[in-house]
Amino acid sequence: MSVLVFAETQNNKIKKSSFEPIGYGRKLADLMGVECQAIIVGTAENASDAGLYGAQSVIHVNHGASVNFDCINYSKIICSVAKEKGAKVIVFSHSSSGKGLAAYVATKLSAGIVSGVNSLPTVEGQVLKVSKSVFSGKASANFSIDSEIKVITLAGNTIKPDSGGTPATIEQMEIVLDAPKMNVLSTKRQEGTVPLPEAELVVSAGRGMKDPANWNIIEDLAKTIGATTACSRPVADTGWRPHHEHVGQTGVAIRPNLYIAIGISGAIQHLAGVNNSKTIVVINKDPEAPFFKAADYGVLGDLFDVVPRLTEALKKLES
Amino acid sequence: MKLLVCISKTPDTTAKISFVENNTAFNTDGVQYIMNPYDEWYALVRAIELKEAAGGTVTVINVGPASNDIVIRKALAIGADDAVRIDTDPTSSMDTASQIANYAKDQNFDIIFTGKETIDYNGAEVAGMIAAMLDLPFVSFASKLDQDGDSFKVTRDIEGGIEEIGIQGPFVVSAAKGLAEQRIPNMRGIMMAKRKPMNIIPPVTVENHVTVDDYTLPVEKAGVKMIDPENMDELVRLLKEEAKVI
Ligand SMILES: Cc1cc2nc3c(=O)[nH]c(=O)nc-3n(C[C@H](O)[C@H](O)[C@H](O)COP(=O)(O)OP(=O)(O)OC[C@H]3O[C@@H](n4cnc5c(N)ncnc54)[C@H](O)[C@@H]3O)c2cc1C
Repeated sequence: MSVLVFAETQNNKIKKSSFEPIGYGRKLADLMGVECQAIIVGTAENASDAGLYGAQSVIHVNHGASVNFDCINYSKIICSVAKEKGAKVIVFSHSSSGKGLAAYVATKLSAGIVSGVNSLPTVEGQVLKVSKSVFSGKASANFSIDSEIKVITLAGNTIKPDSGGTPATIEQMEIVLDAPKMNVLSTKRQEGTVPLPEAELVVSAGRGMKDPANWNIIEDLAKTIGATTACSRPVADTGWRPHHEHVGQTGVAIRPNLYIAIGISGAIQHLAGVNNSKTIVVINKDPEAPFFKAADYGVLGDLFDVVPRLTEALKKLES
Repeated sequence: MKLLVCISKTPDTTAKISFVENNTAFNTDGVQYIMNPYDEWYALVRAIELKEAAGGTVTVINVGPASNDIVIRKALAIGADDAVRIDTDPTSSMDTASQIANYAKDQNFDIIFTGKETIDYNGAEVAGMIAAMLDLPFVSFASKLDQDGDSFKVTRDIEGGIEEIGIQGPFVVSAAKGLAEQRIPNMRGIMMAKRKPMNIIPPVTVENHVTVDDYTLPVEKAGVKMIDPENMDELVRLLKEEAKVI
């Protein structure tokens, strides 16, 4: 019996963001008194690192192969491993590929599923109790899952991954796959920055910036602390910033450790995507800006003065 | 082309969220409902555009009680040809998906659209479930979808980027921002919607393994600490020593 964690790969390595669900899977496995196993599909040079973060063994399927992401084949792999290993709970990242795949796998295994779980579960006999954020962050819901096999996807920044474990033993498995029903024609990624849904530090700016040419002060600030940049919806809609930076109810929902909001009023639809951030800093010149009510730290002032000053102060700290 | 668009009803984006019955049920009092924005703005409109370009039909389907007819009529007013409502208040995403898959299984749809997620439960589960039940390929979070001969080119959002894929129907796709531009129904559409067929179909029984025990509202923030705009060293110190985030 096991808790099986699906570890996503990119550029032939386990993704950094997959170490968190592995650590979470281990904590859950300990609660249940079973083993934590990680499953990796395709090439992963650092497969044994899954052990550092808590996996007690790694099942490496079609090692060395390049397997395009496709729910049919991935779910076939995960379901057959889950059956063979007697998986009780399967944990996925709450990521672009993890969400859809988890739903697919849960259906194939007649498993109950809760997506976007954001705290450690409790185990009561056959029942797993988990919670997640609902109504776009305006509440949280507590669920019971009572199926034989259970599936959850884990929201990012729920626990802090700890790399104090030992490298895991790797079991290689070959699973024959059907020809994929879709072909990847091209892939484009922004290089060099952490994608927004995975970012721990986010610097975000809104219409208060007045002009896209002014974004250099935002980028300087972000670069100083290694943060990812984000923006409000009107800023993306007018083409000042790329769409993938749009956070909020109709954009990306994020929960970084630090969210710095600059020249953003804090409309309810904006807050819906960012209100789960651990610490929120708001820089705004309007004392009535609703965002101050959702903030931990507020700076009332002109962003064009405050932001460069903050960047300087952070640089002093770094040096 | 035969297209199916799954639509759901969600509380309006500005709705105040509260709970009743010992925090076990959502308080619907005074809540305005809308069509889930991802379903309306992106999935439905793109389906209508494909039909306008290549011919065919767009059917919308909703799993819900008669009070949902208002959002179904809106979808018809925007341009769907006919509608199906499975007459049950679904208890879980698995329930919703099962009802839709059961209806769609012998209808030979070329593409089944959903929104990326609903803005109430934010699960992003239904589309993948329908695909699994019908053994169809599933493309999540599509921001572009074009016909390309007898197949389709779809751009999907992946972590930190985009991926373009080629796929043949039938498949299930969930719609993200960028797939289409919101359409406002006009008077003619609203009048025509009244005469478009709406099929009410009884539900099938679905085994449910997930239940909501209760809800909690977020703990109020302790209150904002205002920092002197001249003194950013102090903010940095607090972020480091108090919040411990840098
Ligand atoms: C259905 C629906 C969905 C939506 N979804 C989203 C969403 O997902 N994400 C989102 O962001 N919005 C969303 N919106 C829009 C949202 O309601 C707001 O309109 C939007 O968030 C406002 O963006 P903003 O804060 O950048 O601009 P504004 O509201 O114009 O605020 C600009 C702020 O900058 C401040 N400012 C100006 N100059 C300076 C200066 N020199 N120094 C310091 N501060 C300054 C002002 O005081 C003001 O508070 C949605 C709306 C609807 C109806």
